[in-house]
Amino acid sequence: MAILVYGEHDNVSLKKATLNTIAAAKQMGDEVHVLVAGSNNQAVAAAAAKAEGVSKVLVADNAAYEHQMAENIALLVSDVAGGNYSHVVAAATTTGKNFMPRVAALLDVSMISDVTAVIDANTFKRPIYAGNATATVQTSESKIVVTVRTTAFDAVASEGGSASIETLDDVQNAGKSQFVSEEMAKSDRPELTSASIVVSGGRALGSEENFEKYIEPLADKLGAAVGASRAAVDAGYVPNDMQVGQTGKIVAPDLYIAAGISGAIQHLAGMKDSKVIVAINNDPESPIASIADYYLEGDLFSVLPELTSKI
Amino acid sequence: MKALVAVKRVIDYNVKVRVKADHSAVDLTNTKMSINPFDEIAVEEAVRLKEAGVIDEIIVASIGPKESQEQIRSALALGADRGILVQTEDKAYPLQVAKILKSIAETEGTEIILLGKQAIDDDNNQTGQMLAALMGAPQGTFASKVVVEGNEVKVTREVDGGLQTVALDLPAIITTDLRLNEPRYAKLPNIMKAKKKPLDEKTPADFGVDMTSKQQIIQVEPPADRKAGIKVGSVDELVDKLKNEAKVI
Ligand SMILES: Cc1cc2nc3c(=O)[nH]c(=O)nc-3n(C[C@H](O)[C@H](O)[C@H](O)COP(=O)(O)OP(=O)(O)OC[C@H]3O[C@@H](n4cnc5c(N)ncnc54)[C@H](O)[C@@H]3O)c2cc1C
Ligand SMILES: Nc1ncnc2c1ncn2[C@@H]1O[C@H](COP(=O)(O)O)[C@@H](O)[C@H]1O
Repeated sequence: MAILVYGEHDNVSLKKATLNTIAAAKQMGDEVHVLVAGSNNQAVAAAAAKAEGVSKVLVADNAAYEHQMAENIALLVSDVAGGNYSHVVAAATTTGKNFMPRVAALLDVSMISDVTAVIDANTFKRPIYAGNATATVQTSESKIVVTVRTTAFDAVASEGGSASIETLDDVQNAGKSQFVSEEMAKSDRPELTSASIVVSGGRALGSEENFEKYIEPLADKLGAAVGASRAAVDAGYVPNDMQVGQTGKIVAPDLYIAAGISGAIQHLAGMKDSKVIVAINNDPESPIASIADYYLEGDLFSVLPELTSKI
Repeated sequence: MKALVAVKRVIDYNVKVRVKADHSAVDLTNTKMSINPFDEIAVEEAVRLKEAGVIDEIIVASIGPKESQEQIRSALALGADRGILVQTEDKAYPLQVAKILKSIAETEGTEIILLGKQAIDDDNNQTGQMLAALMGAPQGTFASKVVVEGNEVKVTREVDGGLQTVALDLPAIITTDLRLNEPRYAKLPNIMKAKKKPLDEKTPADFGVDMTSKQQIIQVEPPADRKAGIKVGSVDELVDKLKNEAKVI
């Protein structure tokens, strides 16, 4: 039986998270199909067909799927998955987290979230308790529904594959929910979850202006993404989509710089798999100091400008 | 209109978690337990909707051990009207919890159903969505704003790229994110009053739900330790280390 991967996209391009998800899926079985559901999304289907290791792309192109409404997508995915598939796999992004549990419930099976390692086709590892423990989970479900943590799997190549493309005609519209509007952050910086360097600020920044004045120049100089602690988001210094942590985004860059962040367990859960961690903090007792590879004790308002000028 | 809020008893978010020596589970003996923080936000939202005159009655439900009464009582002290404890010593997996909640929601005829986006013990982030699917109802997950207008609820959701707003027919399932509200503290007189509010006791069997899951946790390990780092004395030293030792810039 094949593995069904959900292709994530914005109707224009395939999200990189899908390439990480395909990599995880290939550890669960040999044959990988990608389902792309959207509106006017043929270019996405073409991109998915080129991804390494994909043998078939299923494309559902209809207005009902334009905004990835969970009610409609879950009906479609569970319907397709009901065919000859052993696994349904999606990235643990807000899109995947939104509709995948619905798919599982429609199939009357349990689900495994945030998989970080595939032991075999039925056995997976995943973090629990904000990453304070790792559980090995085994399932005997007839259909295995999982989301995967993209930072735990190296992406497959985006080029080189030549999958066939099949069009799905059935349209699923639950009709009980409507998209109203969205406010998407626009940024020229790299995307937070896939950036190789992340510069994050915490409550100590004190204001939105200070984020712009102290964090952003360093991020720009390093070509880095900007992240934040929950305290900084709650205080309105930065938008919610910058929160790193147990209940925000999970990042694992080559370099993570945390300035004015104490390192609460919920924050560490989102960044402790970074290769190199730098902490800039004026309190050596802050937990972040003890997990950092390099800890610089000091006032971030003088350290950050100096660092920016010397890099 | 009635609301249902699901609250789970979990380890307090401030407690440092330890894994049992035999790697079978996390050690919860003598640890402080609380309402899952996202569920506290869900209760607060229901109470605000009641204060705004949108909701007449708030029912809270918890599936878990007998001690989950404490979390139901805390929710009652925050302003919920009555509780339902579905008592079980079995581990409660999201699919089974969702099946029980569906039964309660349908029997009680609740139109606004609030859950946390995730329980901070197993970090599943599944139950609300499963419940919505089982009920054939729409969902507004990761909510940072909830506005009820007539027969519909508008939910603003925290998504990866920013914010998305959806309009849902009632009954609808809403799962809370951190920015939805800041829960109040229960006042002493309300804690006293909560002790007298009705709390029904049920079992999963009353809802025809078998708690056995086809999913099993076969091992729980502590996370790999990071090797200890060093303290650098100056920005120059930091830049040098990042360039020449770590080679990341
Ligand atoms: C259910 C739940 C979920 C949560 N999820 C998340 C999550 O996903 N992500 C997250 O980040 N948090 C999360 N939290 C919150 C978390 O517990 C902490 O409250 C939060 O991470 C603290 O943010 P902070 O480190 O910026 O602030 P603080 O803890 O206040 O730390 C500020 C730090 O700045 C230092 N400092 C102050 N002034 C200076 C200066 N001038 N120069 C240098 N250093 C300075 C201080 O020494 C301190 O270490 C969650 C909490 C709960 C209950
Ligand atoms: N055993 C339970 N009893 C009551 N509510 C629960 C239970 N388990 C999960 N929930 C609800 O579902 C939400 C999401 O939980 P989860 O899907 O386990 O991350 C929680 O925030 C609760 O609102």
